[in-house]
Amino acid sequence: MSELRVERRDIVIVGGGPAGLAAAIAAHEAGIRSLTVLEREAHAGGILRQCVHNGFGLHRFGEEMTGPEYAQRDIDRAAELGIDIRCDTTVLSVENNRRVTCVSPTEGLTVFEAGAVVLAMGCRERPRGALGTPGTRCAGIYTAGAAQKLINLESMMPGRRVVILGSGDIGLIMARRMTLQGAKVLACVELMPYSSGLNRNIVQCLEDFGIPLYLSHTVTDIQGRERLEGVTVAEVDANRRSIPGTEMHFDCDTLLLSVGLIPENELSKGAGVSLSNLTSGAVMDDSLQTSVPGIFACGNVLHVHDLVDFVSEESFRAGQMAAAYVRGELQPAEILPVKDGPGVRGAVPQQVRKGLKEDVRIMFRPDAVYRNASAVVVSGGKELARKRSLIFTPGEMAVITVKAAQLLQAEDEGLTVRIERKDA
Amino acid sequence: MQDIIIIGAGVVGCALARELSFCEADITVVDMGSDAAEGASKANSGIVHAGFDAHPGTDKARFNVMGAAMYPALCAELGVPYRQNGAMVLAFSEDDRATILRLKEQGEQNGVPGLRVIEREEIRALEPNVSPEAVCALLAPTSGIVSPYELTFALADHAAVNGVRFAFDTKVESIRRTEEGWMLSTSRGDMACRTLINCAGVGSAEIHRMMTGRDEDRIISRRGQYWILDHAKPEPFTRTMFQCPTKMGKGVLVAPTVHGNVLLGPTAEDIDDPLDTATTAKGLSDVLAACRLTWPQVSTRSAVTNFSGIRAHEARGEFIIGPVEGAKNAWETVGIESPGLTSAPAIAAELARAIAEAEGLKYKADIVPAPKPPKPFNEMTPEEQAAACAADPLNGRLICRCEVVTEAEIRAAIHRPVGARSIDAIKRRTRAGMGRCQGGFCAPRVAEILAEELGLPITAITKNGGQSLMLTSTLAEAMKEAESHE
Amino acid sequence: MTERVITCINCPMGCRVTVRLEGSEIVDVSGYTCKRGDTYARQECVEPLRMVTAVIPVEGSVCPLSVKTASPIPKAKIAEAMRALGDLRLTAPITAGTAVLKNVCGTGVDVIATRTV
Repeated sequence: MSELRVERRDIVIVGGGPAGLAAAIAAHEAGIRSLTVLEREAHAGGILRQCVHNGFGLHRFGEEMTGPEYAQRDIDRAAELGIDIRCDTTVLSVENNRRVTCVSPTEGLTVFEAGAVVLAMGCRERPRGALGTPGTRCAGIYTAGAAQKLINLESMMPGRRVVILGSGDIGLIMARRMTLQGAKVLACVELMPYSSGLNRNIVQCLEDFGIPLYLSHTVTDIQGRERLEGVTVAEVDANRRSIPGTEMHFDCDTLLLSVGLIPENELSKGAGVSLSNLTSGAVMDDSLQTSVPGIFACGNVLHVHDLVDFVSEESFRAGQMAAAYVRGELQPAEILPVKDGPGVRGAVPQQVRKGLKEDVRIMFRPDAVYRNASAVVVSGGKELARKRSLIFTPGEMAVITVKAAQLLQAEDEGLTVRIERKDA
Repeated sequence: MQDIIIIGAGVVGCALARELSFCEADITVVDMGSDAAEGASKANSGIVHAGFDAHPGTDKARFNVMGAAMYPALCAELGVPYRQNGAMVLAFSEDDRATILRLKEQGEQNGVPGLRVIEREEIRALEPNVSPEAVCALLAPTSGIVSPYELTFALADHAAVNGVRFAFDTKVESIRRTEEGWMLSTSRGDMACRTLINCAGVGSAEIHRMMTGRDEDRIISRRGQYWILDHAKPEPFTRTMFQCPTKMGKGVLVAPTVHGNVLLGPTAEDIDDPLDTATTAKGLSDVLAACRLTWPQVSTRSAVTNFSGIRAHEARGEFIIGPVEGAKNAWETVGIESPGLTSAPAIAAELARAIAEAEGLKYKADIVPAPKPPKPFNEMTPEEQAAACAADPLNGRLICRCEVVTEAEIRAAIHRPVGARSIDAIKRRTRAGMGRCQGGFCAPRVAEILAEELGLPITAITKNGGQSLMLTSTLAEAMKEAESHE
Repeated sequence: MTERVITCINCPMGCRVTVRLEGSEIVDVSGYTCKRGDTYARQECVEPLRMVTAVIPVEGSVCPLSVKTASPIPKAKIAEAMRALGDLRLTAPITAGTAVLKNVCGTGVDVIATRTV
């Protein structure tokens, strides 16, 4: 039996998408040189490689870029810094002692013993099976992202007549993409009474092409023995149950699913990292450290973001914090919990270090659409921060910053984030 | 002319093909599906039943107990995952208790070892997630679980290395008697043989009618719908959890699979179309409601998928196994429903002996041993994984991240004796695409590998044979097609 | 007098902006919350503009080249632009930022590579 090859690194970063690249660049800029990024695909850049549409980078670079252009900025910067990015390398396990085991065709199996680990694995799409949609199990049912990969990275067309279930942004983008490539997109069907996609995408990806959006509808049956032949769509009531008599039939050969993203946390679980039921990502503190010391997480593996710009921003911080940890500058501290109040789901970070003398940005998803409302952070009856907005929607991550001075006034019971209606 | 044609590449047809491949005979297995195990053999509970269900003295009881006893050695020989995990039949009332006691007595008459009635405390101690409503249970330690399609593939492979040919996508359309034997008219042309064996599952009554001209076996297509949940550690149940049987079957079960998933189901619905494997909203919610009785915390939050299988229920509930009455060189296995998977090795062994004797077949002096599949990469120690990567660099490239399947394993599945030719065929042989993302990440890559290994354009790759194409065209072709419509 | 309702795309509010036109002349714009809604709705009524992105096969490469219009083009020209791109046949190497098709459909806008192959 062969001996395992063991290598030592200050920081190992799992994933070479936008999160992993930003964390690596930040760690390098913070002085860390013993650093490796492990990427399972043949190229760095992650999901951005297949997002050939524009709309990226406005916040970070002040210009509108396509996915490949955005990714290239970080890839170029990492190359400039001489960061070791190992592509075609899949991580098999991360252990709580920060041992990372990976394989690649060229290097075989390697074990890294790391001073700190940054988890940046991104997320995956909810498949049909998780929805429990009945019907046949024929060909022609794809997640929107899988269809995007086939079209944009492999020049292959997954179908001709398409129904899209879910109005997430990837689904909307694919409605336009497939239409422009000659397919007929018959409908976009959304279970909720509102779309989780951006208005811009609803207008430019559906309305521009006359594709109907059916809100409060779902797919109730899937037909076709070999390739998909059709789907049944029905309206749903307030409890999201289909209403008999409202069924519509669509003849189609393709069903695309855009019904939610789930942080890809299998490796995190293996490392013993505590996960949140609300975000499906790691429970973390303001330094992006998970429940396992020295293991950090950032980007969509932590919680699903709307914009890559914010993934990069969060991941820079993760890289800096991992560097601080390696240098022994990040001491264990008492923590204040951050709790979800009314109207708020999955506020992150879930913990703030006590006595922190920095501003803290808290992100969360509203649980419904609120117009003319305020996001408020309170602690022991004291209001620490307030942010008014004309609209809060589940489709857009809300951000509220608690200033350092206010944070120091927080009580031991921790912070609660809630939404207050103006009219209430 | 062939010596023998077997119709049906399910677990019974493949087990029989394997047994007969040990004889000097020229054998072909034909199946309308694109792969082995395309019918009930791929979509059932995967339980190796202990044998307390069947009425003493019936073929079902005899083959069940005999088959169950063959499983440990057979699976070891073929390298198929099998686990003797034990089973419980739960009683929720005093009426149920009477049923349990009857099952125990029946099982003992059938020769099932180790049966024991246990009370609530012991149930909860053994299976902490079981409902506190369960008053007592029959504990059957010899009940086991197996991957039914992997068993079928392994049987087919062993038959193939001993000379059996497999003709897939071949639908038998009519059968006529000839001077020397039989002539089959199929979707792929005519095929002649001396001896014809009907192992056609839900299609077995139809084949019987084609062979005899008599419409006498009544096969009811009984659909069972299932949920499958993602693997979790620890497993919610280590044993197969039955409820008391009903006249429609063994009732719903909550069972671990050999790969650590949880299986919920099946329903029992008699349907008209023997190929209608759709699931229904009602069926799926019925399964959940029934499973809640066994497992109050059951949830589909971790559901990987749902599916249904169709079992061939003979109207009187019997196995019909043996020579076809009034026809020469004709044999059949009709109505092989539960415990059909358990019984398959025993049915095959006994029927093969009868056929060999009646047809005067000689046993081969040398039998090629079963090509044992290598240990899955996912189950190796890191040292073994390092060695596997050194031996074949393609073990260092993971294709399926959910189930940890390497490119080397996928290529090997295509080159098995009865090799994978579709995305689903790869999935069932390697587990690539069986996980929580359901092939979202790996299916495009698997399609590329299939195209490469089979020398086909990628647009010809199917999910599951026939017209189940994964892609409709290249982008350039799609644009041209759209323009021509304008 | 005609009336058009435009959904503003600038933020999640999605204001429904009503534009009243006399022939092709805008006489009134209402229903917006901020200035951006007014500007957007006017542009949509005069000449809606869109960025177009696509991929183009590259000789000898599985992965196609991703491209975009260097700036938005009239919405009415999208289909024609896609057809023009569909006729392109490229060979590597191509550097990101290079124009692969100049002045697409007479819009005065170039189509440029967004990746290097």
